[in-house]
Amino acid sequence: MSAALLEAGIAFGRVAFIMAFVLNVAAILGWVERKQSAIMQDRIGANRASIFGFRALGLFHPLADTLKMLTKEDFRPARADRLLFELAPFVSVFFSLVAFASIPFGDTLTIGDRVVPLQAITLNVGILYVFAMLSLGVYGVMMAGWSSSNNYALLGGQRAAALMISAEIAIGASIMGVVMVYGSLNLQDIVRGQGTLLMGWLPAWGIITQPLAFVLFLTAGIAATKRIPFDTPEGESEIIGYFVEYSGMKFGMFLMTDMVETTVIAGLCTSMFLGGWQVPYLLADGFHLPWGAFLAVPALVVTLLQVGSFVTKVAVMIFILMLIRWTLPRFRYDQAMRLGWLGLFPLSVLNIVLTGALLLLWGAL
Amino acid sequence: MKLGQRFYLREVVSGLVLTAGHFFRNMGKHIAHAFGQKSARGAVTIQYPEERRPYSPRLRSLHRLVRRADGSPRCVACMMCETVCPAHCIYIVATEHPNPDIEKMPERFDIDLGKCVFCGYCVEACPEDAIRMDTGILEFSSYSRRGMIYSKEMLLSLEPVGADGRPTSPVPIPADRTP
Repeated sequence: MSAALLEAGIAFGRVAFIMAFVLNVAAILGWVERKQSAIMQDRIGANRASIFGFRALGLFHPLADTLKMLTKEDFRPARADRLLFELAPFVSVFFSLVAFASIPFGDTLTIGDRVVPLQAITLNVGILYVFAMLSLGVYGVMMAGWSSSNNYALLGGQRAAALMISAEIAIGASIMGVVMVYGSLNLQDIVRGQGTLLMGWLPAWGIITQPLAFVLFLTAGIAATKRIPFDTPEGESEIIGYFVEYSGMKFGMFLMTDMVETTVIAGLCTSMFLGGWQVPYLLADGFHLPWGAFLAVPALVVTLLQVGSFVTKVAVMIFILMLIRWTLPRFRYDQAMRLGWLGLFPLSVLNIVLTGALLLLWGAL
Repeated sequence: MKLGQRFYLREVVSGLVLTAGHFFRNMGKHIAHAFGQKSARGAVTIQYPEERRPYSPRLRSLHRLVRRADGSPRCVACMMCETVCPAHCIYIVATEHPNPDIEKMPERFDIDLGKCVFCGYCVEACPEDAIRMDTGILEFSSYSRRGMIYSKEMLLSLEPVGADGRPTSPVPIPADRTP
């Protein structure tokens, strides 16, 4: 009985860590986005919200935003499809939140004789799960576009669907190279595979073994988040997008979906291309430096270093995603389609062929 | 387009290098500022209500009526400004001045700032130099149109802008607003 309770507690802890991580990062991303864009553009950024006179660099703005959205009127157009209209933001945000579940944030943690895997769910098809969830998320967007009974929303939903299809295929094809190199669909195995060293000193991270796939995945991943430069579904200057009829916290949930998806893409990039939780040269018992030096590290510190490494890498990836979002202008709809179908997809296939040929030549990694 | 531009990725990278350069340079300046080096500024922002950019001395700001030594308006109610005003926003009611040397004085001198276009013609037209637009006050606002009408007493109470470019007199509180 108590063993079952303990199991349930550990499982809950794993899920709670992931949920807290994703939700908090998504909330703070609003602040990061404002401040980073401001500093990039020689501005200061939102800094007026304060509690008892403390402004805390504008950190209270996400809080104020949430309060504002929660207290605003929740409006539903008279001709909207009631069920789908109410359901759409929940579908959208739910699937983006659960997508993070199979991304490992550490190796295993040994407590007594119990070995706890540091990911919310241990799936041997982890990558497929993440992409299934990301693809299901677009149903929320399409439902929102269709049920609003607004032509602009419908256009936005249709664009989102078209963009998602072209991006998903490129994503699926671009990660095949990674799967081939590390020989597994399990994200934990992929991360473990990136712990080996190439030529005795270079960590075998995905960005080194699969540089082309990294660029392709990053591009398609940004398209999957529906943010600039691929924000044709939103297109704030032409059609307001699939959430044009939404207000209050339902609108906030669509915004949150974008933020969570950014976090998921950053987490995936980290897991597949930046070595996930791997710290260079850190094995389970300590640092094995390439020139033969060895530094013993306690097991708990190793785990903490690994989790810290994962969080740091996700933060760096988010920085890069934000940098791209605030640097590039939007692709026109047909340009985005052309890039997806005629640019990313053929290059992904080429990457698969190249990877296969090189693997045949050199044998498995 | 050249081949490198058609390939797009090179241009993307050069753009990212530019924006990231701005980010890290400004971030360094912000950090230096936080650690006491006050000359380092990472942003060009002027944080408006607390910080103000210096205004030009030629700035046409809120009007004021110039006073004589005894505090009465220098205005002689000649109606020149009311006549020249393209927005018809000045309303003068003339009355006799107690001093026989001075022919008239305004009993009422109202400016409807909701109509005023701040052209400065009234200042140009005034033969007595009785109206000026040098208070440096720009933030006058009201919740109603009636509140934008400034009376003779309000206009008389205003002082010219200080040497530092800041207004020396407080913004008059419109008649329809309780402080």
